Amino acid sequence: MTETKTSHTQHSKPRSKWRDVWDQFRKHKGALIGSIVFFTIVISVMIGPLVWPFEANEINIRARNQGPSWLHPFGTDQLGRDTFARMIAGGQTSISVGLAAMTLSLLLGSFIGVMAGYYRRLDGLLMRFTDLFLSLPLLPLLLVMMLLFREPLSQAYGPERGMFVLIVFAIGVTSWMPTARIVRGDVLALKEREFILAAQSIGTTDAKIITRHIMPNVLSPILVSATLGIANAIITESALSFLGLGFPPDFPTWGRLLNDAVDYLQLYPERVMWPGLAISLTVLSINYLGDGLRDALDPRIRGR
Amino acid sequence: MLNFTIRRTLTSIPTLLFISLIIFLLLNLAPNDPMAQVPLTVPPEVKEKMREALGLGQPLYVQFFKWLVQFFWIEPQVFFDHLFGTTFSEGDLRIISWQTRSPVMDIIVQRMPQTLWVVGMSYIVGILIALPIGIYSAYRHYSVFDQAGTFVTMIGYSIPPFFTGPLVIVIFAVQLGWLPSTYDTLHVVIDWDTFVIQFKQMILPVMVLAMQTTAQISRYMRASMLDNLNQDYVRTARAKGLSEWTVVMMHVLRNSMIPVVTVIALNLPAIFGGAIITEQIFKVNGIGGQLIGAIYANDLPTVQTITFMFAFLIVFFNLIADLLYGLLDPRIRYD
Repeated sequence: MTETKTSHTQHSKPRSKWRDVWDQFRKHKGALIGSIVFFTIVISVMIGPLVWPFEANEINIRARNQGPSWLHPFGTDQLGRDTFARMIAGGQTSISVGLAAMTLSLLLGSFIGVMAGYYRRLDGLLMRFTDLFLSLPLLPLLLVMMLLFREPLSQAYGPERGMFVLIVFAIGVTSWMPTARIVRGDVLALKEREFILAAQSIGTTDAKIITRHIMPNVLSPILVSATLGIANAIITESALSFLGLGFPPDFPTWGRLLNDAVDYLQLYPERVMWPGLAISLTVLSINYLGDGLRDALDPRIRGR
Repeated sequence: MLNFTIRRTLTSIPTLLFISLIIFLLLNLAPNDPMAQVPLTVPPEVKEKMREALGLGQPLYVQFFKWLVQFFWIEPQVFFDHLFGTTFSEGDLRIISWQTRSPVMDIIVQRMPQTLWVVGMSYIVGILIALPIGIYSAYRHYSVFDQAGTFVTMIGYSIPPFFTGPLVIVIFAVQLGWLPSTYDTLHVVIDWDTFVIQFKQMILPVMVLAMQTTAQISRYMRASMLDNLNQDYVRTARAKGLSEWTVVMMHVLRNSMIPVVTVIALNLPAIFGGAIITEQIFKVNGIGGQLIGAIYANDLPTVQTITFMFAFLIVFFNLIADLLYGLLDPRIRYD
């Protein structure tokens, strides 16, 4: 924050693009609050287990079904496990699934998008492929993938890691299409620009043109779809866990906690709130972050 | 337009075939044994016979072709027979569920009305709420209403149905006790009182599904209205002295509806997907419930058929959206 204060006094210096982006981003109140909330959640689930005295799977049957107290701020569940500790552990899983699946889907999406946009002969084929993937019924297919590959992967990598690999892979493979389309559109427009022609005329190889000239220029749409990708992945993972086809039951994720809480809906309705609010707040903050990022990275809006 | 329609319809056939191939391969190449549920006391040679009876011994392309014939040739015949009392399909082997040993399509036909009723109603409700919100927030751009609308739609986007579902159950069924928390599909509407019960039990699932629809469609409506409100023809219309109502409702709205109508058509299959979760929460025994049940029971023919039906819906509504776009915007047709 100290850095931004000084930026007001240095108007004479040439301003970098990222300084402009940050200034525009700061103007979007929702985006600013969203990013603060999101990073608070990420940091608290990352350092939470180090600070918090209870373990997520520590059973204390005497202290079961407690309401919120100073010792257990979110109460305890039917086995006396501390809900706050479970929320932290669940958040770690949900957010790491979100980040990993987003990374995979971005890599796939940008690769296919750049290939389709840059090489004319690949364009038709790759875009037909993208359209086909867009026509797949994603949630049913994800459920089917969970059903079919759960056992073999659990045996190969252990129940938790196997599920992690499977969920990340399944979400990544089914969510790259929008990124690919956006990147392709941008690459198509960039390819006609003079600096690409200049690079080609001095004999730059295609690989170098893509990495040095194209990729930095399509970074903005990729960043925006990254934020939306995290939100989408978190919701999908929670939906799978909610339907009981995600991680194993003793391994907390936010969706799983929500699913467990639904069984006690009549007796302890407040238990639904914690994981539900955590998912919604995370996704809402990411969506606002993405919204602000889109505005900030769009030079047409940034000028105003 | 006819040319465009034919061209567009023909291109969706390979798409459908390819999708059915993907679904088929995913299900059949997976390391998964349909005989896993059979007791261990059954001798191996009997198991082998059971495998053959399920058609599992044949090469993959034969299985795929047979499934295609069953889905695209025999099942429509059955449907035709059912409608007109003919006997084209007699003796033909239909797609049989491993779970119930009855034709999959029969169960789907039983389950479909509940899903259609809930999903369709929520979609209509969602659109009816979304359009005015979108129109007004674009018309009063950056006003308090617009800001609030943006916030509410952002929330609608962000809160998943598996949270709103339990949330509305807690509020309206547990705390207030106004509405039932589950959807009773056996309920028959015969008079006013039963209609009231039906109406009440539909409110919660429809509300949850409509929230998603409203958020998405009002965003599109707003963006599309904003694009059009700054166009020259709007200024011309105002300069001619037309009333504000005529300008917005006749000129701007009609042009803004073009992308929105296609989005409405495009989003419908996604709502069916979302209905899987909502049906699970409110215990609606619709098609989503059947899919989940079949997945738990390892009933591959049912899973395959329902998944493919979802794919079919997506391709079909993509086609509808494209045709609508062509119909509404002549520039697209002559591409």
